[in-house]
Amino acid sequence: MSTEHPARDAVRAAFARMDAVKAGRDGLNCVLWSDRGWSLDLAKEADQNPGGVLAGVPFAVKDNIATHHLPTTCGSRILEGYVSPYEATVIRRLREAGAVLVAKTNCDEFAMGSSTEHSAYGPARNPVDPSRVPGGSSGGSAAAVAAGIVPIALGSETGGSVRQPAAFCGVVGVKPTYGRVSRYGLVAFASSLDQVGVFGATVSHAARAMEVIAGRDERDSTSADRPVPQLGFDGSQRLDGVVIGRPREYFPDSLDARMRERVDSALGALRDRGAEVKEISLEHTDLAIPVYYIVATAEASSNLARFDGVRYGFRDNGNDGLKGMYEATRSHGFGAEVTRRILLGTYVLSAGYYDAYYKKAQQVRTLITRDFGDAFDNGVDVILTPTTPTPAFELGAKAEPYEMYLNDIFTATANLAGVPAMSVPVGTIDGLPVGAQIIARHFEEGKMFRVASVLENALGANGGAR
Amino acid sequence: MAVTRDDVAHVAELARIALDETRVGDLVRELNGILSHMDELRKVDTEGVEPTAGVGDAGTPLRPDEGPPIPLDRPREKFAPAMRDGFFIVPRLSTHEDAVEDAG
Amino acid sequence: MSTRVSVADPITERYEMVVGLEVHVQLRTETKAFCKCSTTFGAAPNANTCPVCLALPGSLPVLNEEAVKLAVRAACALQCEIKPISIFARKNYFYPDLPKGYQISQYDKPLATNGRMVIGKNADGTPITIGITRLHMEEDAGKSVHDRFPGASAIDLNRAGVPLIEIVSEPDMRSSAEAGAYLRVLKQLLEYIDVSDVNMEEGSLRVDANVSARERGETRLGTKTEVKNMNSFSGVERALEAEFARQCAILDRGEKVQQQTMLWDGARGEVRPARSKEESHDYRYFPEPDLPPLRLDRDWISDMKACLPELPQARQKRFADEYSLPAGDIEVLTSSPALADYFEGVARQSDDPKAAANWVMGEVLAALKTTDQQIAHFSVRPADLARLIELVRDGFVSNTAGKKIFAAMVETGDPPARIAEREGLVQVRDASELEKWVDEVLAENPDEAKRFRDGEKKLLGVLVGQVMKKSKGRADPRRVNQLLSERAAS
Repeated sequence: MSTEHPARDAVRAAFARMDAVKAGRDGLNCVLWSDRGWSLDLAKEADQNPGGVLAGVPFAVKDNIATHHLPTTCGSRILEGYVSPYEATVIRRLREAGAVLVAKTNCDEFAMGSSTEHSAYGPARNPVDPSRVPGGSSGGSAAAVAAGIVPIALGSETGGSVRQPAAFCGVVGVKPTYGRVSRYGLVAFASSLDQVGVFGATVSHAARAMEVIAGRDERDSTSADRPVPQLGFDGSQRLDGVVIGRPREYFPDSLDARMRERVDSALGALRDRGAEVKEISLEHTDLAIPVYYIVATAEASSNLARFDGVRYGFRDNGNDGLKGMYEATRSHGFGAEVTRRILLGTYVLSAGYYDAYYKKAQQVRTLITRDFGDAFDNGVDVILTPTTPTPAFELGAKAEPYEMYLNDIFTATANLAGVPAMSVPVGTIDGLPVGAQIIARHFEEGKMFRVASVLENALGANGGAR
Repeated sequence: MAVTRDDVAHVAELARIALDETRVGDLVRELNGILSHMDELRKVDTEGVEPTAGVGDAGTPLRPDEGPPIPLDRPREKFAPAMRDGFFIVPRLSTHEDAVEDAG
Repeated sequence: MSTRVSVADPITERYEMVVGLEVHVQLRTETKAFCKCSTTFGAAPNANTCPVCLALPGSLPVLNEEAVKLAVRAACALQCEIKPISIFARKNYFYPDLPKGYQISQYDKPLATNGRMVIGKNADGTPITIGITRLHMEEDAGKSVHDRFPGASAIDLNRAGVPLIEIVSEPDMRSSAEAGAYLRVLKQLLEYIDVSDVNMEEGSLRVDANVSARERGETRLGTKTEVKNMNSFSGVERALEAEFARQCAILDRGEKVQQQTMLWDGARGEVRPARSKEESHDYRYFPEPDLPPLRLDRDWISDMKACLPELPQARQKRFADEYSLPAGDIEVLTSSPALADYFEGVARQSDDPKAAANWVMGEVLAALKTTDQQIAHFSVRPADLARLIELVRDGFVSNTAGKKIFAAMVETGDPPARIAEREGLVQVRDASELEKWVDEVLAENPDEAKRFRDGEKKLLGVLVGQVMKKSKGRADPRRVNQLLSERAAS
C-alpha cells in the first residue's frame, strides 16, 4: 500500500473489509448507511491536513448520532431518509482530529433493546457467530469493530448498550461518566442516563477516541466542566496499591459457573500484577432493572414526543385531521418495542402513578448511587464484575420483553449512578466472547483505563480466549 | 396495580399512538408482566431519600444573551414533510375547523 | 389605582366576585430562552429557528442568562422569595406549535414564591395588597395560523422558545375593577424594571383569569372557572363581569358552577365554554433531565435586589416630597418610567417643577398624541423644554409665543432660543424701542391719549393692545404698561 495517502488507504481498506465480511443488509447487517466516494473525499482532506491525533483513522457511528451527509435514522421507520442539518459535537471532534466517518451502524430502534433485533432495518448479526445477536443496542458498531472494518466506533449507552455488545462481540466498550462527553447530537432516549460511548479494537484505541470526544461542550447543559485526563497507559505496569472491589451481588449463585471462572481469572491476573481484591457489597443492585425501566421509559415517552410528523421525518396523514395524522404517523413510524416503552413511560408518569413509580424509582436510584459512593469511599479504586450474565444468545431467543431487559442487569447500575464503566474481553465460553466490566468513581476514567490496560496486557489478545 | 385495557387506551391516547384491539390485549399482558417486577420497588424503604434529579450538583450553566444561532446546513424544506410559504403545514385541528384565530 | 367599592347591581349584590390572575409576560431578551435564535418580532415564518427550537433529534437546551436576570428582577419587584435552587420541568402535551411535544417550564420548584403587590387603596385609606403565589420561568410556544390555507393549519415557530415568566396571583381580587387595577399596576411595574415590552396587543403580556362567585360573608371559595382569550385589560374586566353574572345566575337558581374553561368573545361581549380539547389533560410533569437545577447565589440575588431601579410607588412618594405636586399630577407623571424620567429632566433643568408638570401634562402629552410619538424618543428633549420654560419665566418670550415655539420644537427638534430668534418671537425690552412705539401710538391716537392722560384709566388696555400690535407682539406687555402709566403721570 502507498504511504502517501494513509487516510485514503485506510478508508479503502475499511470498505474492502465491509464487502469481505458482508457488512450490509444481506450479511451481518451491521452497516446501515455508507458512501464510499464521500468518505474518500473526507480522507483526502485528512491526507492534506495530517497531524490530528486520529489522522486517517476510519470510524463508524451508531445511527442515533447526528452526522452530515449520511442519514440519521435511529434504526427507525419514523426517521427513514432523514439527514441531519447539523452535526453532533462528538462527530465534529473526531472529524477535527482527522478521523474519517465510513459507516452509520445498525442499532435497536432509538437504542431501545439489547440485541439489535429491534431495528426497522432488520437485525444485525454477531461476526463471531452470525446465528447469534451482537448485543445491543449499539450492536452494529460493536460488530463493525469486531469484524475488523474499523478500529474505533461510537455507540450510545443508556443501560449498557455499549458494554453489553462489546462483551458479546469480544471488543472493548466504554461508557464514560455522565457529563464527560457531550450529548449534543445524540438522539435522546433517556436524557439522564444517555452517554456517547466508544468501542475499540483494543483498550488503547478506545482511550484515544475517548480523549478526543470528551470534555465540556457549551451546547450540552449536562456536560461537565472537568479537565480530560490522559487515558493511555502502559499495560505492562504493576498495580501495587490498587484496590479492586468484587461486589457479591454481581456473582450470584445462579451465575453461569464458567462466566464466574472467567471473571475471577481476570481478577487473579490483576492480583498477580499487585492489585488487591476486596469483597464488597452493592446492596441495591437487584433493583437496578425496575428502576432503570421506569426512569428510562418515562424520559423516553417525553423525548420521543417530538416525532410527530410536523417538522421532519416520516408522516402519515391518516384520515382524521391533526390527531389522525399524529396517530397514523406514530403508530406506523415506531416499532413494537418503542411503542411498548412509550406506553410504559407514559403510564408511570401519568396522574396518580407518578409517586408510586417515577418518584419511587428516582429515590431508589439515589440509593444505588450511594452504594457506589460508599464502596469508593471505603478505599476501593475500581469495581470489577461480569459485563453480562451470559455470552451472546441466538437471534429470537429472548421473546418476553422482561427476559430481554434482564440482559442489562450488570450494566444499568452504572448508568443510574452516572459512574464510568467499561467492558474488556476476558476470554470465551464455547467460542463466544465474554467481558469483564470495570467501574470507577465519577470522572475517574483514568483509574478505569489503567486497570483495563493492565488486564488486557495480562490476558493477551482477545482476553486470552480459551 | 394491574393495568387495564382502559389504562392502555388512555396512555395510548396521551402518547398519540393508535392501537388495534388485539394489540391492546397483548400490551395489557406485557405491561402487567413488566410492572409486576417494578412493584419490587415498593418494598424498599425510601423514607427521607431525595429522588435523583439530574446528575451532578453543579447548577445549570448559563449562556450569554447573544447569537448567532446554530446554523442549519440544509434548508427546512429538505427535511419538512410539508411546507408552504415558509410555514410547516399540518391537517387542521378539529376544534379549529371553522378557522378561528388562535392566539397560541 | 382603584378604590374598593361595593357592587350596586341588584342581581349580583348578594354575591362576591373572587378573582386570581395568571399573567404570562415575554421577557425582553435578544435571543430565545434555550437557544441563540433572535426574538425579533415580525420575521418571515420560521426564519428564527435552529436545531434547538425546531426540536431536531439530538438538540439540547442551554439557558439564557439574561432571561434569568429579568425573571429575578421581576420577582424582586414583586417582593417574592427567590429560591436559591429552582428546577425546570417538562409539561407534556401534543400541539403542532409545541415542537418538542413538551414545554420547558417550572413546576413544583419555581423560581420565586410568596410575593405581593399593592394595587390601590380601600375607602379607609388602607392599601389593597394582592398576594403573588409564584413566579416561574418557561418558554413560549409557536403560532398556529388556522385561516391561511384551506383545511390546513400553518405553523410558525419563530416565537417557540421565547422566554416567559408566569406570574400567578392569589385569589385576592374582589371585583373586575380590582383585576383591572392589578393588571395596570403590574404592567407599570414591569415597565419600570424594564423586563418586557408588556404589550397585550402584540402578545407580550397575556392574561388568564380564575374567577368564582360566593355569597357575601362566605369565607370558603366557590367553584372557579378559568377564563381565557382576553386581549385587552378592559376585555379582562368585561369578561370577568360576564362570567361573574353567569355564575351568579347559576347559584341563584340553586345550581352548581361547573369547573371548566370559558372563552371570552369580545365581539359578542359574552363568555362561552371552550370546546373540550381533543384529549384529557394529563401533563405528566417531571424534572427536565436536559437542564440541571438552576442555582442562584444568595449574594447575587441580594445584588439584584439592590440594583432594582426606583419602583412606581417609591417614585410617587419622592415626587410628592421633592416637587410638592398634587396627587393627581403625580399619578399622571409616573404612569410610565419614561414619562417620569422626562418630567424629572425638565423639572431639574428648569428648576421649576410646577411649570414642568404643567407643560408635560398639557403640551407634551397632547403633542405625543397628535404626532404619534413615544416619550422616550420625543422630538423635544427635556433640556430644550426646560430652556423654553426659563425663557417664558424670565420674560424673554411671551406665554403665547412659548406655545408657538413649542409647536415648532415638536416639528423641528430645534432649540427654543433659535426658534424664537428665527420667528421674531423674542420680547423687546429695550427701553428706547418701547418708548418709540408708545410715543407713536399716543401720537396716532390723540383723542384716546388725551382722555388717558386725563385719568381715564380703562383706556390703558386699549393702548397697550395698540403697542403690542405695532410691535407685532414682541413688546414686553409689562414694560409697555409701565411706560404708559409713566406717561399718564407725567
